[in-house]
Amino acid sequence: MGKHNTPMLDELEKGPWPSFVSDIKQQVANGKHVLKEAPDDLLGVMELSYVDKVTHWKHGGIVGVFGYGGGIIGRYCDQPQMFPGVAHFHTVRVNQPSSKFYTAKYLRELCDLWERHGSGLTNMHGSTGDIVFLGTTTDHLEPLFFEMTHELNQDLGGSGSNLRTPECCLGQSRCEFACYDTQEACDNLTHEYQDELHRPAFPYKFKFKFDGCPNGCVASIARSDMSFIGTWRDNIRIDQAAVKAYVGGEFAPNAGAYSGRDWGKFDIQKEVVDLCPTGCMRWDGSKLEINDKECVRCMHCLNVMPRALRKGLDTGVSILFGAKAPILEGAQMSTLTVPFLKMESPFSEAKDLVEKVWDWWMEEGKNRERLGELIQRKTFQEFLRVCELDPDPRMVDEPRSNPYIFWKEEEVEGGWTRDIDAFRAKHQR
Amino acid sequence: MPYDPSEPLKDRITDIGPRHYGEFLPPVIKKNKGKWLYHEILQPGVLVHVAESGDKVFSVRVGGCRLMSVEHLREICDIADKYCDGYLRFTTRNNIEFLLADESKLKPLVDDLKSRKFSGGSNKFPVGGTGAGVTNIVHTQGWAHCHTPAIDASGVVKAVMDAIYDEFDHMKLPAPVRVSLACCLNMCGAVHCSDIAILGIHRKPPMVDGEWIDKLCELPLAIAACPTGAIKPAKTADGKKSLEVKAERCMFCGNCYTMCAAMPLADEVGSGIAILVGGKLSNRISKPKFSKVVIPFIPNEPPRWPSTVAAVKNIIDVYSKDAHKYERLGDWAERIGWERFFEKTNIPFTHHLIDDYRFAYTTWRQSTQFKF
Repeated sequence: MGKHNTPMLDELEKGPWPSFVSDIKQQVANGKHVLKEAPDDLLGVMELSYVDKVTHWKHGGIVGVFGYGGGIIGRYCDQPQMFPGVAHFHTVRVNQPSSKFYTAKYLRELCDLWERHGSGLTNMHGSTGDIVFLGTTTDHLEPLFFEMTHELNQDLGGSGSNLRTPECCLGQSRCEFACYDTQEACDNLTHEYQDELHRPAFPYKFKFKFDGCPNGCVASIARSDMSFIGTWRDNIRIDQAAVKAYVGGEFAPNAGAYSGRDWGKFDIQKEVVDLCPTGCMRWDGSKLEINDKECVRCMHCLNVMPRALRKGLDTGVSILFGAKAPILEGAQMSTLTVPFLKMESPFSEAKDLVEKVWDWWMEEGKNRERLGELIQRKTFQEFLRVCELDPDPRMVDEPRSNPYIFWKEEEVEGGWTRDIDAFRAKHQR
Repeated sequence: MPYDPSEPLKDRITDIGPRHYGEFLPPVIKKNKGKWLYHEILQPGVLVHVAESGDKVFSVRVGGCRLMSVEHLREICDIADKYCDGYLRFTTRNNIEFLLADESKLKPLVDDLKSRKFSGGSNKFPVGGTGAGVTNIVHTQGWAHCHTPAIDASGVVKAVMDAIYDEFDHMKLPAPVRVSLACCLNMCGAVHCSDIAILGIHRKPPMVDGEWIDKLCELPLAIAACPTGAIKPAKTADGKKSLEVKAERCMFCGNCYTMCAAMPLADEVGSGIAILVGGKLSNRISKPKFSKVVIPFIPNEPPRWPSTVAAVKNIIDVYSKDAHKYERLGDWAERIGWERFFEKTNIPFTHHLIDDYRFAYTTWRQSTQFKF
């Protein structure tokens, strides 16, 4: 029995979905966390918010570890007398390994560390991908960081106006669609840019995300300033025997993903060929043809028949820039900027591009202006000049419809300097 | 050698980054990385991936609360040790995946996971979240940890997932439905491209704590933070420097509060939930799309948010009955037309749903093509 009466939260112990309330209660009852009252008082302050319908957390103060400007987020309760166990309740972001694979041994070491220095509560994982240690006091931060780096060989993640912890899908580790090694790309760029990750020097946050294919499981196109999305530029590999096996019902279409409802017999014409967004497929009853030149790699046919169709072999990434949530000018998705780049270690071309973009954004960006907003303010043309890229029709959905072109003087024969007297010599006033 | 507080910078280690993923890959994955041929979903929540070598890896996906205790994490570790040689991973959507090469351990693992309950009776490890169903709701901190939320996060997610649990452990929807929650429109869990987004919003302009604002905030930063220019300098009755909010210009984004703690706007009546639908991230068939606001406001109803739960369930149910196979929620709404979406879901269309911000015109209809 905890120290607070929590009748409203207790309602959330019912029902089939795992109850975070029950989980916190088991930590209260059995946990060995050093901040004895923290989980209990967290339930208390949440119950108070359930009654008041307003949060009881204050703005964070400046807390952190020496030499870093990110990784720790200060958090204080606005009713510290009622809930002393969470009066100071800072968050620690811990940089997750690529794709969030763990051994039980390592996870237990993290658990032990966090019980020695905090509340015993975590987020597995935070929205950006970090392991989040939820709730500790300022005096524990340096010892926690010391033990994490010395004993666990593990560093903090990003927060504030810096590079945020990069994140990737599971990629080639367990997915047949992955067009490059997302894990290696993510790990490599994370280590390359440790300074940018720990010491805020940017106008605002900056996120890299690495999706292995256009299915986009890690949401890079919506959630990262620089989105790396795997793709290929040769032909889809077709196993005609396997296509027939799908048509004949020997293989379950969609890898079984739609098996919970009777959708009728698999119909390759209706379910694959007719749904192709560019109409570049043909099925004559015994052979599937793809006009790869017209394919936009939407992944539908591969998703439906993974045993028959495989991505091409000349693989790499498309790079898109500028996604963000609505704050402040409205939500943006990333814009296609580099249609294709080979993406192999040590990723030098990608890094060159990163650094050009950062230099420009740090020079031109206003306080709290995300890259996507800066590109809008300064124009996509200007952004291409910064990236040293030539314009390409792949970068737009359609050409502009207004004719107000900002011509540059050097583009116009003879320049802009003219003589009004010479004009008047031919044209009366 | 332990940390010595008298010499905090002695032997300091910094900038080492994350641990290398290679340390944590199961042997079967290490061996076959980049050489996977295909996968199959054997039952909801259970996948097999087959490599060119013929090797197989089985993955059992279970829903996790992102807010998780170390006690719970240790139980996850014990399960991984017992069945999976100690290997596991987490997904982008806060699910846990137990990975094993030995097929004989698969059924015992699934049975074990399904048998474990929390003291209150809920499942500790619900198996599912694959294919054409609802997977875990990604979400933010809410009242558990955040200073700007309009709503709680974990509680709303729990209530909604209880109500649509049947879609988590079945694969009977026309396409995957990705539900996401952000407790304010800072959207640290970006929900703007979700099939269904549950979004905390405010409806009352910020209050100004005139006694303290000049001590707590950089006033020019707070003024500059307002996207509509609604904030201007002012003085309190006794002459202290302060700010004034032109209320009719406020769009309740909370950006001023992010910059200035003396301008709180959360309110027990003013704050609540908006529902957005029809977004997607994948490029499959149609392009990625933003979610659109279809319900401008639902009151905050702790502890179980019944109106929000009903609204989400209604949208999923109508979509499930009406959409074609492979049609994501947004594709379905576009095919039938948004006028039909509101008719079929019985959601009232109000003036709040017509855009009047930066890109508004692009969403109005410039055509005589519509449905009666």
